[in-house]
Amino acid sequence: MNMRISAGEFTERSLQIIRDLKHLEGPMLPILHAIQAEFGYVPDEVKPIIASELNLSRAEVHGVVTFYHEFRDHPAGRHVLKLCRAEACQSMGSDRIADRVRQLLGIDFHQTTLDGAVTLEPVYCLGLCACAPAAMLDDEVYGRVDEHCLGEIVAEVRR
Amino acid sequence: MTVRIFVPRDAAALALGAEKVAKAITQEIAARGLDAKVVRTGSRGMFWLEPLVEVETAEGRVAYGPVKAGDVPDLLASGLLQGGTHELSLGPTEEISFLKEQTRLTFARCGIIDPLSIEDYRKYRGFAGLEKAIAMAPADIVRQVTDSGLRGRGGAGFPTGIKWKTVMDAAGPQKYIVCNADEGDSATFADRMIMEGDPFVLIEGMAIAGIATGATKGYIYTRSEYPHAIATMTEAIEIARAAGILGSSVMGSAHAFDLEVRSGAGAYVCGEETSLLNSLEGKRGIVRAKPPLPALKGFLGRPTVVNNVISLASVPVIMDQGAEHYKNFGMGRSRGTIPIQIAGNVKHGGLYEVAFGLTLGEIVDRIGGGTATGRPVKAVQVGGPLGAYFPRALFDTPFDYEAFAAKDGLIGHAGITVFDDTADMLKQARFAMEFCAIESCGKCTPCRIGSTRGVETADKIAQGIEPEKNKALLADLCNTMKFGSLCALGGFTPYPVMSAMNHFPEDFSPAPMVEAAE
Repeated sequence: MNMRISAGEFTERSLQIIRDLKHLEGPMLPILHAIQAEFGYVPDEVKPIIASELNLSRAEVHGVVTFYHEFRDHPAGRHVLKLCRAEACQSMGSDRIADRVRQLLGIDFHQTTLDGAVTLEPVYCLGLCACAPAAMLDDEVYGRVDEHCLGEIVAEVRR
Repeated sequence: MTVRIFVPRDAAALALGAEKVAKAITQEIAARGLDAKVVRTGSRGMFWLEPLVEVETAEGRVAYGPVKAGDVPDLLASGLLQGGTHELSLGPTEEISFLKEQTRLTFARCGIIDPLSIEDYRKYRGFAGLEKAIAMAPADIVRQVTDSGLRGRGGAGFPTGIKWKTVMDAAGPQKYIVCNADEGDSATFADRMIMEGDPFVLIEGMAIAGIATGATKGYIYTRSEYPHAIATMTEAIEIARAAGILGSSVMGSAHAFDLEVRSGAGAYVCGEETSLLNSLEGKRGIVRAKPPLPALKGFLGRPTVVNNVISLASVPVIMDQGAEHYKNFGMGRSRGTIPIQIAGNVKHGGLYEVAFGLTLGEIVDRIGGGTATGRPVKAVQVGGPLGAYFPRALFDTPFDYEAFAAKDGLIGHAGITVFDDTADMLKQARFAMEFCAIESCGKCTPCRIGSTRGVETADKIAQGIEPEKNKALLADLCNTMKFGSLCALGGFTPYPVMSAMNHFPEDFSPAPMVEAAE
């Protein structure tokens, strides 16, 4: 496990999250979101704990986790930069912007810079289609992304 | 009297710097000791003018935009608080032609009120529809919605009232209202704008749906890509609960109704209603075969209304103003208004709510003002990634469910992406297949395998490998996907592909490959 906590503490924190949410109707996604918020990703080790608490098989839990693009199986960088790759952004040159970002950061989509500063992810629509191209750095949104804006974003993640 | 200055907190306005502008105004007000305050609102939906700053004057609101934080001192020096003129002046907001020519029923309050002020909401006839619904028999509510002609605004266009009636008539100790706020189509942002700009209207619409069908619990399933909408919606639900709008007694009535926001996890297919229900239950977002209909066996196998945000948010005005009022707008079997979202490479991008019936050309050329780049419009994609590409030759098509279907297209969630003449339609067709391959839930073969084969075939055409044979193959593949897929993802991906191929054949006939020296 790529975390600086003991296995005991990990289990305890996971159980706390699961037990806080398991009363919900359809608790799986809320639990997985909370786990990812807590640990930065959904560790393999949490799957048997969820399975046992929700009375499911580990395969079922694994199946759910891997279905959704959002859940990670390893930690992301300190920042996550999501670049919209959908049609409205394409019409405003997002492919060019994507090439430039890859060049500036020296990584491709789904990769993290060597210094652990940023993970680059594609996203299919941020709902900012009338101010394309759009990007999201952590929870911060950017519209009409151009060279200048990219410079600001890169400076921010490198800080 | 304290002057109110309005700055949007809509995500698109924030993406263009609204937060910095709001901070700058607040600081300048304090520094100058002015009697004014900043009120955060949703967006008016004129994104080329965002951040749009408005000031309340005796003559109504006056607008300025697009405002940068650096413009603020100068604006205040020019008498912003009195609605003074400045080079960023746009005059009275309501007189801006883009807004003035709209018919805002669903978006009546969006951009005007503080989205989290229940007082503001009431001031603009908020909860008037719910109050009327409480005094009515459930069957009468359902009849009024049916009579209004409201059809599902998510894209399928199924009559909302009929869906409600099925759930109302279904037996079961627990029924649900599920709001499909999984707005994943590119070029669409109407759901997001409502959730961020007027969340109480969605709460009100869902409560009415609950009373009409006997459902006491509602879920808003939205996207993790919409953190601002999730935050606003969640806060609004808490406020509504504290105000007695939600809970064991809706506005003091005998009806119980409560709501919860749930977030998806980046799966486009979860916008399909059965896949959404599986996801909400905590399963893989795999499409279910129909029947059984979700109305009878939906969330957890119980009777469930699944409606789009805009469908539900249109219900309060229908209950308040009457079915006739709503029905009088529109054309043919498309009644009422539709919030058209004009996006992509367009000069005046934004949200334009209007009665059905405008032609595509009017929307793109007159209202949208043509492309942002100033180049000629080559194609517009209507209805998101599963919608057809329309050439200029079809710009006389009226915005109406049936008229679009007749031209092998669809309205979908009413998003329009404009492309200029630099667009390569073969590349767009390939992307449609690629997107389907990325997002396919994997349950049915035509979608899962067909999309990948589609990408390969498009690549062969681009490389000039047996283009005629491969174009025929692509068309055949589209035919299989259209009729053999379980849901709209695989079933509608052929729309962008075939429309690109049929309307822009020149892009599918690249220069023949230069043979390598033998």
